[in-house]
Amino acid sequence: MNAFRSDFDTDGMNLTFRPIRLPLLCFIMAGPLLPTVARAEQARMAIAANFIGPTKELIADFMQKTGDVIIPSFGSSGQFVIQIEQGAGYDGFLSADEAKPEKLLKDGFGVEKSQFTYAIGKLVLWSNTPAYPASESTLRAARFSHLALCKPDVAPYGAAAVATLKQLRLEQILQPRIVMGLDIAQAYQFVQSGNAELGFVALSQLHNKSAGTIWVVPSNLYPPIHQNALLLRQGEQNHVARAFLAYLQSKPAQAIIATYGYDMP
Amino acid sequence: MFDPNSIFTALRLSVTLALVTVVIAVSIGIPLAWWLAYSRNWWRDVCSSIITLPLVLPPTVLGFYLLLALGPSGLGAVAAHITGRSTFAFSFAGLTIGSVIAALPYIVQSTQAAFETIGHKPIEIAYTLRTPPLRAFLSVALPLAAPGIIAGAVIAFAHTIGEFGLVLMIGGDIPGQTRLLSIMLFDSVETGDWASAHAIAGGMVAFAFMIILILRLTQKRLTPRT
Repeated sequence: MNAFRSDFDTDGMNLTFRPIRLPLLCFIMAGPLLPTVARAEQARMAIAANFIGPTKELIADFMQKTGDVIIPSFGSSGQFVIQIEQGAGYDGFLSADEAKPEKLLKDGFGVEKSQFTYAIGKLVLWSNTPAYPASESTLRAARFSHLALCKPDVAPYGAAAVATLKQLRLEQILQPRIVMGLDIAQAYQFVQSGNAELGFVALSQLHNKSAGTIWVVPSNLYPPIHQNALLLRQGEQNHVARAFLAYLQSKPAQAIIATYGYDMP
Repeated sequence: MFDPNSIFTALRLSVTLALVTVVIAVSIGIPLAWWLAYSRNWWRDVCSSIITLPLVLPPTVLGFYLLLALGPSGLGAVAAHITGRSTFAFSFAGLTIGSVIAALPYIVQSTQAAFETIGHKPIEIAYTLRTPPLRAFLSVALPLAAPGIIAGAVIAFAHTIGEFGLVLMIGGDIPGQTRLLSIMLFDSVETGDWASAHAIAGGMVAFAFMIILILRLTQKRLTPRT
């Protein structure tokens, strides 16, 4: 007992200080997190990769107006469907087509009547290799070695690209030269790095970029890309998710989306 | 959606890539390991560290640099043009380049350790018996280091079968050329094709188990008893 007491006395300063200091430190460190955790004023959105550009602007504008936080994840629409069906914690979904939100609704993962078209996408052929300017004739001449697109079974722009090739009757000839990106962002990057001379990407990805040549694919060559948004079951009670989807349909948001070359519904 | 033929194509491609990779990596790796084991050069450690880098880095880092290196402004493009291509990306050759770089550290480390364990003695004894240096290397050092080389090769083979991040970045998912088993598994999961996913994933678990088992058994048998 005596030994213990003397120990306690010599280390007294440490013993009394430590319990106070540590929680205090934790509190200070966690300070910036506390408001968001406590009030949960944030929403997680799964967003098709063609919409990366406008999303950044839209979120900045939305956050400035409301103070609420949107956490975006980008990928192919098909990949998100699988993730959502496996219980991924997204509150809302901005798909690059109508079919995928429709499927989620049918399978009970979406909120009824929350679906709407937020943009109509445009497919372009893009080249970052001067020897192969993007055009229908370059495509037909077929002298290039790689044509990048995104996987048609998961990415709607990939499906549009395949439809275009079919319509031009080039599918058979060009099949061996097709390289697939996981999503449209990777297809873009294959062309940007010059490894693929040509690639089908979204017009919005080339916003404010002067590099390379662009051929806007005539809209009669592929079915229209109606990009639909959906509130997910997970986010049904999340007012930030609801507010963000409502904001997407507002005039200022539509103006931002239009600057990226999308048509408006 | 379940298509045994396409799984078989991917399997054959994965195994071919792994075999080619191991053969190339072993032929580069043995001389490298020999030098690393016996050299007293100050930049030996620098070289050894550079070779080991892929072991520590995420494969995506290698993939990113390879994509740039293979592209039109990179070094790889020069080599590609000589062989009449525009780029090595999206090709079996490109995947091989990447996997050899990724597999080399496994072989070099294991082989170097084996050479270091043997030490100078057996070679010096061979020299005193007037064995020419190359002969001494081939008939003394190499057989003694065999367990280490084989262990490295097996791990490198298995690692190449399991390569994903690198292939994802420079492959382009072309059936029969760059669509490896690991990529096909990812595709199957992404499209909700659980039947194919189960077939591939289950097969890979069985394969990995076999590799580890073989490794344990051969190591027991090959390790020289002292």
